[in-house]
Amino acid sequence: MEIGLTHYLFISAILFSLGLYGIITRKHAIMVLMGLELVLNAANINFIAFARFGGMNIEGHIAAIFVIILAAAEAAVALAIVLNIYQNFRHVNIDEVDNLKG
Amino acid sequence: MMDTSHITADLIKSMGMFLPETTLIVTFLLTMIFDMVSKKSKQIAFYTAMVGLIITGIFLFQQTGLSYKGFANLLVIDSYGQFFKFIILISSILVIIFSYFSDELQSAHSKLGEYYTLIIGMTFGMFLLVGSSNLIMIYVSIEIMSISSYILAGYTKEVKRASEASLKYVIFGAVSSGIMIYGISILFGLTGSLNLFEINQFLSSNKVDTLPLLLGGLMILSGFGYKISAVPFHFWTPDVYEGAPITITAYLSVASKAAGFAVMMRYFKTAFYGPIIGSADAWNLLGNIDWHYVIAVLAVLTMTLGNLGALWQDNMKRMLAYSSIAHAGYLLMAVSVMNDNGVSAVLIYFFFYMLMNLGAFFVVQLISNKLKSENSEDYSGLGYRSPVLAVCLVVFLISLTGLPPTAGFIGKLYVFTAVLKSGYVWLAIVGVLNSVVSLYYYVKVIRNMYLRDVDSKESKLVYSPVTIAIVLMLAIPTLLFGMFFTPIVDWANYSAHIFLGN
Repeated sequence: MEIGLTHYLFISAILFSLGLYGIITRKHAIMVLMGLELVLNAANINFIAFARFGGMNIEGHIAAIFVIILAAAEAAVALAIVLNIYQNFRHVNIDEVDNLKG
Repeated sequence: MMDTSHITADLIKSMGMFLPETTLIVTFLLTMIFDMVSKKSKQIAFYTAMVGLIITGIFLFQQTGLSYKGFANLLVIDSYGQFFKFIILISSILVIIFSYFSDELQSAHSKLGEYYTLIIGMTFGMFLLVGSSNLIMIYVSIEIMSISSYILAGYTKEVKRASEASLKYVIFGAVSSGIMIYGISILFGLTGSLNLFEINQFLSSNKVDTLPLLLGGLMILSGFGYKISAVPFHFWTPDVYEGAPITITAYLSVASKAAGFAVMMRYFKTAFYGPIIGSADAWNLLGNIDWHYVIAVLAVLTMTLGNLGALWQDNMKRMLAYSSIAHAGYLLMAVSVMNDNGVSAVLIYFFFYMLMNLGAFFVVQLISNKLKSENSEDYSGLGYRSPVLAVCLVVFLISLTGLPPTAGFIGKLYVFTAVLKSGYVWLAIVGVLNSVVSLYYYVKVIRNMYLRDVDSKESKLVYSPVTIAIVLMLAIPTLLFGMFFTPIVDWANYSAHIFLGN
């Protein structure tokens, strides 16, 4: 069987859904951030697959590189914020960080 | 060997048009360096940032009347972008001035170098976002501004609620930008390009499947919706606005919303605008999807939930957060008509919204400096304890409600006119009803200030003449523009034409 564009799109759709599922169901802040990485990498697979099979220009590859860089920057900031939450709350359970509401 | 001379020529020409942004980058670096080098002066970063922003303003002013696609169609420089850049720049300057007078920032930190640096960085991101005409460029600029704002929201990091605010902000922000980039990848696969102009060409000459286009479009819309805090992407807004330092709350509610609206309208007009058939008024949208209704529904939801949420709030910051959601709803109403009238209504509304919202937040900040409270119950008797501030707050709140003779009334008038002209009568009725609801929670604060504790024994609140002058500088234009609004309206009408490069 020839591996084609559809297979890659399926993989990326599954990855996206798993990532979103993880973000919604997990309580631990780090796990939520991991779900987020899955979502971003699903987009990366899409970009690369379209660029490879769609006969499109280099834009897709470049887009994927940008996403990787920004994901790293975002993860760095997010981890620093989670660390700060740990110092203030002594845990990183998102459900229990709920002083603000109303 | 490829001939690269025309690319080089384009780059050199573009760099000349990139002066405001270049100035911001230089300011960004200088603020950081001066703050590290100077041991004595506590406020050196403040002065550097102010000077840098003012020079940026001069360069920005020089771009009046330009229309240019630069950097291989990555950025567009036009008068539409210039209008929004001015709004962003003015609010950055004002927020930096507010920070100078903020007790919660100044007492907690010996130095505020990184704080000002990050505000400049955020301004830079928003400048790019306003001009972006490429989907990756939009994503990158949204991330530039978001990453700075995540840190700023939790800048007072030993305060519990600030760290909670920044956690909620970073998670919601990262998820919605993740969904947005997935939508971008779908749109890329569908049209074969990331450039909005090329997407437009592809859509007008080929037939595309409706379902993926709708899916990708909605996912991209969720990224914009999060920036402008439209329902259903608004969940972060009240918590972040309440937890973040007041100055940052004010900044998020005006500048980052302005950038979000700017890029949203540019995206719709540039990518989905088709050749005009029949009436020249409305933009003819490509691709068989009625984005009018999608956005009109968002607008109704946003207004209604924002106003209903604000009814129960005692905390001023939280109340203003819900009110800013409601205002995003009114603005979305004007976006949903998708014609140049709507765009110019958004521009007019935004200019006035900037004045009144920043003013209201500054008064709240000054009062919380003295009272150490943001609860509107504690505002009782304030009309007698601090007459000038209270009168100014009344002006801002009346203007936010949209009653004459304030600027907010003119803004709402133009929005409703644009909606009615396009025949969306039901939308205008929902908007008016919502304005009536909003009167309740704004007037509640005024009642607390003037009708409670009339013979209060509490001492008067004393403010320095400079702070009073700044409040008046925002309050007097809010009143004046309610009567003499023609210059702003003319400017907005001139700027309402988004450059399409032909």
